[in-house]
Amino acid sequence: MSDWLEATFAQQRPRAIAALTRVFRDIDTAEEAFADACLKALTVWSKDGAPRDPLAWLLATARNAGLDQLRKSQRRAAILSRHNEEFQPMPAETPDPDEMRDDVLRLLFICCHPELDRRDQIAIALRVVVGLSVEEIASGFLVKPKTMEQRITRAKKKIASNPVAFETPSPAERGARLSEVSLMIYLMFSEGWSASAGPAQMRMTLCEEAIRLSRLLVVLFPAMGEQAALLALLLLQHARRRARMDADGKLVALDDQDRTLWDRANIAEATALLQKAERIGHRGAYIIQAAIAAAHARAGSPTETDWALIESHYAALYALQPTPVVRLNQIAAQAKLYGPHHALHALEGLADDLATYRWYHAMRAGLLQDIGDHKATIAAFETVLSLSPTTPERAAVVEKIDLSKKELSDM
Amino acid sequence: MIYAITIYGEPGVFEALPKERQDEVMTGHGALQEALKARGEFVSMKLMPPTSAVMLEPAKIEGAAPLITDGPFADTKENFLGFYAADFKDIDEALKYAKMISSPIARLEVRPVAWAGGAISSK
Repeated sequence: MSDWLEATFAQQRPRAIAALTRVFRDIDTAEEAFADACLKALTVWSKDGAPRDPLAWLLATARNAGLDQLRKSQRRAAILSRHNEEFQPMPAETPDPDEMRDDVLRLLFICCHPELDRRDQIAIALRVVVGLSVEEIASGFLVKPKTMEQRITRAKKKIASNPVAFETPSPAERGARLSEVSLMIYLMFSEGWSASAGPAQMRMTLCEEAIRLSRLLVVLFPAMGEQAALLALLLLQHARRRARMDADGKLVALDDQDRTLWDRANIAEATALLQKAERIGHRGAYIIQAAIAAAHARAGSPTETDWALIESHYAALYALQPTPVVRLNQIAAQAKLYGPHHALHALEGLADDLATYRWYHAMRAGLLQDIGDHKATIAAFETVLSLSPTTPERAAVVEKIDLSKKELSDM
Repeated sequence: MIYAITIYGEPGVFEALPKERQDEVMTGHGALQEALKARGEFVSMKLMPPTSAVMLEPAKIEGAAPLITDGPFADTKENFLGFYAADFKDIDEALKYAKMISSPIARLEVRPVAWAGGAISSK
């Protein structure tokens, strides 16, 4: 029975912790109160069956448990001092949707504390909002559980020392929180997708939890096209998880992936979300990136890819985010349209900005290979190796160097 | 008579289950689909998560176009997730088949169909 109930607890956790954090103005108290309520639910629900509104039940029970803890706890004085007025326990019913929306956004925003580095923000969101264990988070970040434990404790201290405002945010403040939180979720996915080092290229838990949080944002902010597009973008990327690495753990480039392995259900859902986002209007960065990913997903084979469309999307993205990396991607699309000579020429403009960016050198190497300059190809790939690629990337690059060396000796 | 077996549950709970439990649920659906296929035509649908939905609210003013909104979705509450429809002898037979997909995360409703278009209406 407990597996089924645990799944319900996991589903309710972000909302419950968010509402309880508003009530107690303290994350630890909220977490402990929720844990108490779940424990009680295990006994009561197993006997009487689950209630029709599990969230309301858990919140009412957790509120009482939290008040009990506070009465006994030494933390009480410190926490009560954070309340401006007399401490008001919240009413028993579930908060209304608007309040709940701001509660969850606030909790996620608290995790994005500006004094925390990005990875600690992600770690604390996984611990507090999602409810992953320290061991699970540690394995996601490829560190020892003890190290992760210390990082989370430190991060919580920083958060408590500089609390976020609990008043209902202004529309502008809400918008700012939403973009900060969306970026954190995007980076959580990226962290799982491509470890910056180490053997585990894909750490699916991080990707799956990022998708879950992104889905939660869409539920809470249904009229925000950018959040629907972010979910679409993550799903489109996630759809390729089974195709992006071969049996030997070598990274497979998009063009070489077996597209029948792409997850059709993910792609279908993302397509629906993107249509919805585009209907809402306002072409932000996530909509454009999702549209690019969708253009790849639509192509049954690399040759069917609509590169002109993709190039125009990158041009639009560059207008919003004029960064060298966006430009690099635009040039990659141009290479497909106008050929490698054009692209190599365009790449020269990025040589300084992206001197230490290994994807710049990897792309250059590929183009040099296309024009048959094997010596320059090998040199460019060797630069990639010097820029700490991940193990699966390294395997792919080493193979390409060997291929070019063979071509060179055959000449 | 045609009966619909409709499935209600909280979106996201299935995804939060451990793999073995997910397999357990899917085994039930596989068995039901095999059994229904063996006895004739049937229809089944699984809906995408409600986040992909757009809603048409009736116009508040007479003659106005319906209002298209992007939510809100009551996703913490039970939600319509999908359904099966097939021809059954009576409600008891329909219930017997519905039991094949019963699980702690879903509430099932077995309800006679008043009218159905498409393949299963041709009988």
